[in-house]
Amino acid sequence: MLELHDIHTYYGNIHALKGVSLRVEKGEIVCLIGANGAGKTTTLMSISGVTPPRQGAVTFLGEDVTRCTTEKIVSRGITQVPEGRMIFPRLTVRENLLMGAYLRKDKNGIKAGEERAYELFPVLRERRSQMGGTLSGGEQQMLAIGRALMAQPALLLLDEPSLGLAPMVVENIFEIIEQINAEGVTVMLVEQNAQMALQISHRGYVLETGAVTLEGPAADLLADPKVRSAYLGLD
Amino acid sequence: MLEQQLVNGLTLGLIYALIAVGYTMVYGVIELINFAHGEVYMFGAFLCMMFLTVFGAPLIVAVLLSMVCCALMGVLLDVVAYRPLRNAPRLAALITAIGMSIFLQNLAMIIWGSRPLPFVKEALPAFFKVTALSFGDVKISWMQMTIYIVAVALMILLNLIITKTRTGTAMRALAQNRVCASLMGINVNRVIAFTFALGSGLGAMAGIMVSMFYNTMYPTMGYNAGVKAFAAAVLGGIGSVPGAMFGGVVLGIAETLGAGYVSSPYRDGVAYAIMILVIILRPSGLLGRAVTEKA
Ligand SMILES: Nc1ncnc2c1ncn2[C@@H]1O[C@H](COP(=O)(O)OP(=O)(O)OP(=O)(O)O)[C@@H](O)[C@H]1O
Ligand SMILES: [Mg+2]
Repeated sequence: MLELHDIHTYYGNIHALKGVSLRVEKGEIVCLIGANGAGKTTTLMSISGVTPPRQGAVTFLGEDVTRCTTEKIVSRGITQVPEGRMIFPRLTVRENLLMGAYLRKDKNGIKAGEERAYELFPVLRERRSQMGGTLSGGEQQMLAIGRALMAQPALLLLDEPSLGLAPMVVENIFEIIEQINAEGVTVMLVEQNAQMALQISHRGYVLETGAVTLEGPAADLLADPKVRSAYLGLD
Repeated sequence: MLEQQLVNGLTLGLIYALIAVGYTMVYGVIELINFAHGEVYMFGAFLCMMFLTVFGAPLIVAVLLSMVCCALMGVLLDVVAYRPLRNAPRLAALITAIGMSIFLQNLAMIIWGSRPLPFVKEALPAFFKVTALSFGDVKISWMQMTIYIVAVALMILLNLIITKTRTGTAMRALAQNRVCASLMGINVNRVIAFTFALGSGLGAMAGIMVSMFYNTMYPTMGYNAGVKAFAAAVLGGIGSVPGAMFGGVVLGIAETLGAGYVSSPYRDGVAYAIMILVIILRPSGLLGRAVTEKA
């Protein structure tokens, strides 16, 4: 479904991604783990067209989207829950959700999508007229996920959804991610919380200083001695 | 004559408010002080006059055409001058804005000459001179009433656009987090262009009404009005649309009272003194946000 072929992304002179290749098949949850500064966020932003790669190719559903604008990429079905959630603090919860459906024209579909978000996250319904910035961290994460789903993505990119959240909330969020996936949305998950991420994923990639160093089925990665010591804090 | 001062101050204030929302909206989305905004206001007056005299258009048509042309001019300014500098240091765009302001002023002088021109009196409806309201010595003409009504109606309309429409919501989203706005699929450049168009159209209307009210227009008229409206936007809290409306009215009234009770040469001084006081005492403006919120 999605394939990155040897992409190189730069911030000015900083060479952040040094030839990343990976693929995501339809229906999968694929996770990308790595230390701080490894290039996980940059990888997702390169897919979304926010920091387009200077070299290499991104293909989605058989089409080259490397040079597409973010608007085009979203309209083709890739949405992102960015790192730090990026809720619009002075838009209401409802307006935040509606922004997620910005490119959709079907009024009834948008309404149904909003209703769906409230079903997934009932707390958002109670808070729908409240400013996004007044929500707690967990609620903001729920809103960010709900908002990304409003576009009816085929592929959902999640950047550290567990960041800064209490264990109970994290568990809840991960359950929802599995549920979304079971309903047919392909998921690419970036996480520092490697243990939990690998547990719900089908496959995984390990990123180190801008390059993939390890890949395989999630169960294999969970058992891999290097992963266990470096990312799971075990052994 | 306090009442008469207040009436005149309100007229001036509503006009400042119309210009000020243009500054504040653009600042809100791209953090640029668009110094050329005063020149767009000036072009509003001249273009309206041109449509009236050269093409013999009826007043309403000339006003609408002028607003549309200025809206396009605002978009053109953004596309040609500011968009290429979107990721450049802030100062580069600021200096470009000053350059565009000087360029547009000179362009107007080439087209219309540098001497003040009167508004096309014949185009004004006769009832403009009639007194609409009078209490005691205070008289409000229909022209003044029209300015009030048009300015207030336009600001209500603007508020509805910003708070109720999809594009307006996108404008607010963009102002709060540009990267995230683009992740929503919002075409950032298009929404910024729309912001310029809105502000420029309102600025044009302000220019037309001023030239009508004082029966004069000149290529440098945008400078003073621009600085005052900018002061009004700062007074209300730069980036805040209700703040700009409020700031415009307060400044217009303060200025007129200052001119009436202190001495009229101090008219501009009052405006600047207020701006300086606000910057010292309450930098975020009267209706601005005092602290930056967590992201
Ligand atoms: N805007 C930027 N300008 C310059 N360098 C950047 C920028 N954003 C990221 N980088 C650099 O690119 C590299 C990869 O950063 P990235 O944010 O992708 O890492 P990450 O894996 O997401 O880290 P974290 O786990 O901390 O979120 C880092 O070395 C970082 O310093
Ligand atoms: Mg990151």
